[in-house]
Amino acid sequence: MNWKAMISGTVEWIDYRLPIFTFMNHELTEYPTPRNLSYWWNFGSLAGIALVIMIATGIMLAMQYTPHVDHAFDSVERIMRDVNSGWLLRYLHSNGGSFFFIVVYIHILRGLYYGSYKKPREILWILGVVILILMMATAFMGYVLPWGQMSFWAATVITNLFSAVPIIGEAIVTWLWGGFSVDNPTLNRFFALHYLLPFVLVGVIFVHLWALHRFGSNNPLGIDAKGPQDKIPFHPYYTIKDSFGLAVFLVVYLGFVFFAPNYMGHPDNYIPANPLSTPPHIVPEWYFLPYYAILRAIDFNFLWIVPAKLGGVILMFGSIMILFLLPWLDRSPVRSARFRPIYKWFFWLFFLDCLILGWIGANSPDGNFHGIPFLLIGQLATLYYFGHFLVVIPAISLLERPKPLPTSISQPVLQGGGATAGAGAKPMEKA
Amino acid sequence: MKTLAKSAARSATKYALGALCGLMLGTASAQAAEGVKLPEQDWSFDGVLGLFDRAQLQRGLQVYREVCAGCHGLRYIAFRNLADLQYNEDQIKAIASEAIIVDGPDDEGEMFEREGRLPDYFPSPFANDKAAAASNNGAVPPDLSLMAKARFGGADYIHALLTGYEEAPADFEVLEGLSYNAYFPGHQIAMAQPLDDDAVEYADGTEASLDQMARDVAAFLTWTAEPKLEARKTAGIWVILFFLFVTGVTYASKKKIWADLHKDDGSKE
Repeated sequence: MNWKAMISGTVEWIDYRLPIFTFMNHELTEYPTPRNLSYWWNFGSLAGIALVIMIATGIMLAMQYTPHVDHAFDSVERIMRDVNSGWLLRYLHSNGGSFFFIVVYIHILRGLYYGSYKKPREILWILGVVILILMMATAFMGYVLPWGQMSFWAATVITNLFSAVPIIGEAIVTWLWGGFSVDNPTLNRFFALHYLLPFVLVGVIFVHLWALHRFGSNNPLGIDAKGPQDKIPFHPYYTIKDSFGLAVFLVVYLGFVFFAPNYMGHPDNYIPANPLSTPPHIVPEWYFLPYYAILRAIDFNFLWIVPAKLGGVILMFGSIMILFLLPWLDRSPVRSARFRPIYKWFFWLFFLDCLILGWIGANSPDGNFHGIPFLLIGQLATLYYFGHFLVVIPAISLLERPKPLPTSISQPVLQGGGATAGAGAKPMEKA
Repeated sequence: MKTLAKSAARSATKYALGALCGLMLGTASAQAAEGVKLPEQDWSFDGVLGLFDRAQLQRGLQVYREVCAGCHGLRYIAFRNLADLQYNEDQIKAIASEAIIVDGPDDEGEMFEREGRLPDYFPSPFANDKAAAASNNGAVPPDLSLMAKARFGGADYIHALLTGYEEAPADFEVLEGLSYNAYFPGHQIAMAQPLDDDAVEYADGTEASLDQMARDVAAFLTWTAEPKLEARKTAGIWVILFFLFVTGVTYASKKKIWADLHKDDGSKE
């Protein structure tokens, strides 16, 4: 009996009835990809792998964790001390959350710089924003589970935001809590949702990839492929490039896991939750700091109609929601910032603005920087954040004169053409 | 084009590292903002390779048992864990047997007291928080198991706090029943100075200066907070070396696989 023939026979038998092997070959092996993707295009697949790491470690942690206010903190310490390699699982998971956000933020910034949200990828972009929102909800609820001081008070602060909703706000908060304060029912439902949402994420990511594969990746030039010479098969070119990126990612991520596992956490979360003692500074995890700064920037009532708290809440949620509109706010037909001399500078200004918001979010609003109150800096940075999307981007897209675009990916005009003939035929030799 | 690819790869890594550094600076400044600057001490467990000093942990345990344990619990540490401090089983049993553990209920339904055994956890000095507060002027002495991870500065903070008792500045009024401490947030601490020179007589003959005891107990509490520190770091070295190797292999493979594209590829990678 010939094993090889038997296996290929089985594969053919299955594939005839359920073309899963054809599908995989088509989407993961042959999948034509622009030949000029830079390393910034590694972060999409890295984000997928980060999610897999989170789900794998999370399921194993859930087997040892107890979602009860009297036992949650102790069960986490038991994982750290008595469960075989429990410390490793937990540090992989807690740092994994931070690295998932690092990777996703870079992925989003890459999309902003190279105009990946533009036609025909608007739905791809919208699905990405949905993924970000789901991630944030999942991360927030996961942070509550160890039931430390920051867990408890973050849950209290964030759920209380809904009390800003006029008339029914208080009722919503009671409904969210499952009681009249953050307590056991809150912890229970957060655990249930923290376990559920990652699988919802997997579903939305599948659709995100479906939309991606409709037109394929954008690329650093932001122009469409003109023909087969502009594309290469995903395997082996991008499988190996993504593998290299993954290895670099793992070195940095595991460096934190093994040598600075608590660097990105807050010490207060090693104090068991105490509803009677409020920490002097309640701060969220670093990846939420910019939104926190926006929330706190609004200390004034708006037009006597919108109270300050509601205003802050609206802007905080609005800072994400505005991303949904981006494909229509940016009217420029040119995708890549390489050919958008003005937008390029404002992109970096926006990036700086996000860092400033993060810095303000980490500090108490009544402090100051060389005499400039943090609150004022936070307000100006918030103003720019929204101004960037609502004023700067639409204005630039109308006023800017883009640089001439290359005629094709394999023959960029700026390189003066050159010997590109036959480039498209080459890659097939590898496959 | 090879060099172009290389420089692109290098600049991509540089940006990524730059972003990460920015992030770290952000967190570091957030931490610094929390309180007074702590004097940094040298610890055997510092750095990538640093491990615990067993003799120091044993001295720290002695300080904890003879001084701190009067008011502070150590609820996440069981006597069996002391094997990590290189005590043999008989020594640990002897330490455990000095503890009084409330067990039960027995067949008559009564709670009873017995000597500690290996699986028992360090007993708390007070029956509950109310009892603790009642005997301590209203302040509950916190459990120390996780103290080294529950404060900015960790071991440095514990050392600074224990050695930070001093005369209050003339313009600083200390409330009745509190003590002035240079490193405690707000400077007024409910705990009276717990350690002074020769508060214990070290079993290994080390001179028990205030600084030495503070140092030893801070190291001990770092172990109680992170007992797997050594397993983590020693595994970490091999894990990182392995993935550096994988990085090298995948990079070489990537270059080889992409070589035929770059040969005639005008585009910038």
